[in-house]
Amino acid sequence: MTELPEGAKPRVAPIPDAESEPFWSGTLAGKLLVQECSVCGQRQLYGRSLCTNCHSAALTWIETSGRGTIYSRTIIRQNPSRSFKHLIPFVVALIDLDEGPRMMSNVVGIPAEDVKIGDRVRVTFEPVSDAAALPLFELDR
Amino acid sequence: MAVIAGVATTDYPHHPELTELGVHAIAADRALADAGISWDDVDGYASAGFFPMHAVQLCEYFGLNPSYLDETNTGGSSFEVLVEHAAHAIDRGHAEVVLITYGSVQLSQMGRRLGTGGSGPPPVGPAAADAVWGNTLVGNYAMAAARHQHDYGTTSEQLAEIAVTMRDHASVNPLAQYRDPITIDDVLSSRLVADPLHMLDCCVISDGGAACVVTSDERARDLRKPPAHILGAAHALTHHLNISQMPDINLTAAAQSGPLALKRAGISLTDVDVLQVYDSFTITVLLTLEDLGFCGKGEGGAFVEGGRLRWDGPLPTNTDGGGLSSCHPGMRGMFLIVEAVRQLRGEGTARQVADAEVALVHGTGGMLSTGATLILGSHAS
Repeated sequence: MTELPEGAKPRVAPIPDAESEPFWSGTLAGKLLVQECSVCGQRQLYGRSLCTNCHSAALTWIETSGRGTIYSRTIIRQNPSRSFKHLIPFVVALIDLDEGPRMMSNVVGIPAEDVKIGDRVRVTFEPVSDAAALPLFELDR
Repeated sequence: MAVIAGVATTDYPHHPELTELGVHAIAADRALADAGISWDDVDGYASAGFFPMHAVQLCEYFGLNPSYLDETNTGGSSFEVLVEHAAHAIDRGHAEVVLITYGSVQLSQMGRRLGTGGSGPPPVGPAAADAVWGNTLVGNYAMAAARHQHDYGTTSEQLAEIAVTMRDHASVNPLAQYRDPITIDDVLSSRLVADPLHMLDCCVISDGGAACVVTSDERARDLRKPPAHILGAAHALTHHLNISQMPDINLTAAAQSGPLALKRAGISLTDVDVLQVYDSFTITVLLTLEDLGFCGKGEGGAFVEGGRLRWDGPLPTNTDGGGLSSCHPGMRGMFLIVEAVRQLRGEGTARQVADAEVALVHGTGGMLSTGATLILGSHAS
């Protein structure tokens, strides 16, 4: 991990709970997981105790390819949080995973202005705590 | 049929001398005076706030002991929902006079940095899905604007025209927070907060309060002011606060609540003389116009061009200057209702819309999450 500028705080780490623990455990193992319904086949994020389509409780976590397409994105140029101010400008994006669910993340590794809607991206993991790594995305070229 | 018999705002946008509860009190007292109803006649109370038992707290503070109470919270659209519920209670005879108030001192207490929404809620539970990426409140709406621009070719100039029109309306509102006229170039040259939204695409941050009094048309007959009849109402939602859960970022709850409210009112969009819509951001207005059906999906950019939303244009919108220029104290929904009622009474002063008989009010709450539509009329049908 790179050293933080003076006054900056580490990135915000998620606090896993009973429903999200499998997802965040997966990130520690370098896997991006989504929930799949054994009855209707729907896949969903975030983790829940029922399927939002057929309301079955028969859900399992499956591993994705870690690839997706940018549905929308913005460049954050103002955020007073000490966890993020030093990263400005940075990209926040909504990513449609190839397996179906949409998730929010950051697109990293290229200048913010170069990240476009429709770009193909793939996951990369940044350790953030003992309980989770952040699934960030970079361009899939 | 239930009516709105009294409306008021405080002398926004700065209340450094007041508490949040004190702002509620001023708005409440003025709305009751506007209606010509005494505190002793209030038997119902409603408000929305950020903590549970909010309305109970306000009743204690006011010294009210109502038999009807509501604190439904759908974010900025709450006050449209509270009026809808109050109308049901009055129509059923469960209340006779429902006081609904809003108050905020967010500008004095927390300052302008709140405007980007900070770094979001604690990253636990469902909120964690969107809370760990450094996104801001503005960022959510910015992603809606970016997708609209991508899909439909909507330009930042078209979005800016909405802000320019609201500022023109604010320029003659003596209470408005910002009154100096602006141009499209001013909006585009203001700093980007979250691309493609500039500072002037974003609502202001204010202190302020507003209130209304809902009663029966029978009771309203001998009151001070002509009533605004509640012709129809409906509400809807698409997701909570994670915008990653919104199925289509350019299709808001207005697409569900708008047609339902119009159907319940028995009117069509062509009957609407004046429009008051939540303008947290320019994109909020554009999406709301499309989803209510004033234009097709994707046509909002061209629709707002040429001053269509001006007070003297074909679809007068946010005639007090809106949240973009006049006052945005956190949950603006009550201010939309106040301005709609004033227009129907002919109290719109320098931005009075000619012959305004039907007003459509649409509140949006959360992160484009909820929508609530009210149809108000100067006549009962």
